[in-house]
This record gives sequence, C-alpha cells and structure tokens, in this order.
Amino acid sequence: MKAKIMGAGSYVPHKVVSNAMLEKMMDTNDEWIRTRTGIETRHISEGENTSVLCGKAAMDILEKTGISAKEIDFIIVATMTPDGLSPSTACIVQDYIGANPIMAFDVNAACSGFIYALSIAEKLIQSGTFQYGLVLGGEVMSKIIDWQDRSTAVLFGDGAGGVLLGATETENSFIGEDIHSDGSRGESLTAGSHLVTNFHTKENLKNEYLQMDGRSIFDFAIRSVPESIRTVVESSNYTLEEIDCIVAHQANYRILKAIAKKLKIPVETFATNIAEYGNTSAASIPILLDELLTNGDLVLGSKKKIVLTGFGGGLTWGSILIQL
Amino acid sequence: MTFEKIQAIIVDQLDKEEEEVQLETNFREDLEADSLDLFQIINDIEDEFDIKIESEEGLTTVQDIVTFVEVELAKK
Repeated sequence: MKAKIMGAGSYVPHKVVSNAMLEKMMDTNDEWIRTRTGIETRHISEGENTSVLCGKAAMDILEKTGISAKEIDFIIVATMTPDGLSPSTACIVQDYIGANPIMAFDVNAACSGFIYALSIAEKLIQSGTFQYGLVLGGEVMSKIIDWQDRSTAVLFGDGAGGVLLGATETENSFIGEDIHSDGSRGESLTAGSHLVTNFHTKENLKNEYLQMDGRSIFDFAIRSVPESIRTVVESSNYTLEEIDCIVAHQANYRILKAIAKKLKIPVETFATNIAEYGNTSAASIPILLDELLTNGDLVLGSKKKIVLTGFGGGLTWGSILIQL
Repeated sequence: MTFEKIQAIIVDQLDKEEEEVQLETNFREDLEADSLDLFQIINDIEDEFDIKIESEEGLTTVQDIVTFVEVELAKK
C-alpha cells in the first residue's frame, strides 16, 4: 500500500502574547525580538495541556477530511512536552476524540518530532495493516520554559497540528526522506532532565527548564538543514528548482534566511508563519502546512513537490519530499 | 589573501560594499551586525579555511578575525 496525505488540521490556544507583553515580564524589547527572530506574537496555553491541543487539532483534521474518529487505525503524537510520562499523550488523544481502542503512542524527537512521526506513519500505512492514521505534533512549550530567561522565553509558543494519512493503491505522497540524529551534540539543547534519584543516590539537582546553546544550535541548523534538503531532493532525482515550497520547522526567521542563502534559493521558497506563533517545536510544521492548505497556497492533488524539514534537540534533523 | 577572503564573506553576508569592510571595521558599530550575523560569518569562515572558531568572544573587528584565522592557519 501507498500512503497519501488526506488533509491537515491544527489548533492553537486562544491567548496571544505579544512582544510588548513580554517586555513587561523581562528585560527584552519588541525590536530586538523581531530583528533577531522574526517573532511578533505567540499563543500561550492558559491551562490546556498538550493532549487537549492535539485532541482539538485531531478533531479539526477529521472535520476537514470527513473521516470519523472510529475509522482511525493508529495515532502518533510527536511531542517533547507530553502531559506526563504515562499515559502517553497519544492515548489521551485516542480517548478525547472517541477513537476505537487502536494503537496510539508518542514519539519524541524534539522539534524534528513531526518528521519522525510522519516517517514512521508512512511505513505503518505501507505495511497494509492500517487504512487511516493520525499523525500529530503538539507542544505546550510554555510549561518547560524558564520565564526568567529572556534568551529562550521569547522564542517559543504552544500549539498543535497534524495530518491524516490514508492507504491507497496508487497515489503516493511520499517520494523520499533523509532523517538523522547525533546524540554527541545532545547537550546543545536540553529540557526536563530526570536524573536518577532513589534511595541509592544523593539529591542532585539539575535545571529542568529548556536550555539552549544558541550558537551551536544556529550553527547546526545552517549546516545540517541545507544539506538534508539538498540530499532528499537530489537523491530522489529532482532539483531544488522543481520544489514549489519548503515547509521548514519555524525556529527563527533568520535561520530560514541563512538556510536559503546556503542553498542559493530565494527565501520566499520557505513558507513562514513564525511571526504569529513563534517556535512551537514539533507542532510548527503541521500548523504551517494546515495554514497553507487552508488558504489555498498549497493544494492536495496538485502534484506539486514540497519538502518538509525539521531540526532540533537530540540533535535530530530530517527532511521528507512530498508530492501533494 | 586571508583578508580578501574574509572581506568577501562579510560583504556577501551583510550585503555591504567592499569599501565598507576594512581591517579596522567594527562589526557591531560600523556594520550594524548582530550576533546572528556574526555566527553566519564565522560559519562561512570556518568552511572557507577549514578551521574551528570555538568562541566569538573577542572578535569585534575585521582585524580580530583576520588575526585569529592567520594564527589558526599557522598551526596547521
């Protein structure tokens, strides 16, 4: 069987927090945030947890595709901010949307999570065992951010998005993929460490908030992402000029500009909505994809070629070449 | 040669004219470059000369970078 993207959907918390509002909370300013990141606002949860954002995004997908929750055969949630260690966020979503007792599990590849989840989902559909699968990326980054740390607090937002994959005999959305990890550089971006604390050990406190080495992450992104995009396109016997749109993880507009420069393609090839949402980690790619499909910039069935590309903690990165 | 290569990278990254990028030019004050601009310049210089620049601290003028690169190249 072949896997086809049937539709997308998303949900973000209603509360919008502007740069000006952050100025009142910490020593930062709107001009600095906009010029360094391209971010103007972000949506911040007032209590809805990751499973709720994902559940509502899933309902949006089902409504747009006309598929009922009972027809879904598996749910994968990509998240680095699950509701808890157990139950998995995907299990809570399974109940939330009223799906049958199907396979549901989380994947954690930080900001690349949606790429990882989509790659896994495609293989599940290919197996012929499943007809429909929900692939979601959702995060409440605001709960792992140190709101006193202006170097990271201004960057992130909350939200969820996803796609529905369906099994077909003929139409294949997936042309190629290039997915990687490098744990040796994992310390560049950490969050929520759980050290061993039991009756054997002395208490050993470590910062649980997200911490990021800005320069190494920037350096990683502008080296590895262009290489991955080029690899996925060229290994599938296409050229960069044949790619209509690149839907990249929305970490920082300056990173997108730098990636475009490395690839020697116009920055306009990269879709962006970071100004409104900030960095929503695993949710950024599906939220943007849903926006592009909803406003008609991208049309399913148009056969246009797009690249989805993610990069983030792990380190993890990867690209998938899609035919719409 | 080192200066000319570095000058070309800065001109390209910051969209400046060659005349604006001289040895005494200060990145922040004269070129209005921010930290991310500097990261990109350093990234390109690392690739161009096949060296590693661990920290951007102390690199405030074009001369600072030229000197750093020449020292690194001499070690090779």
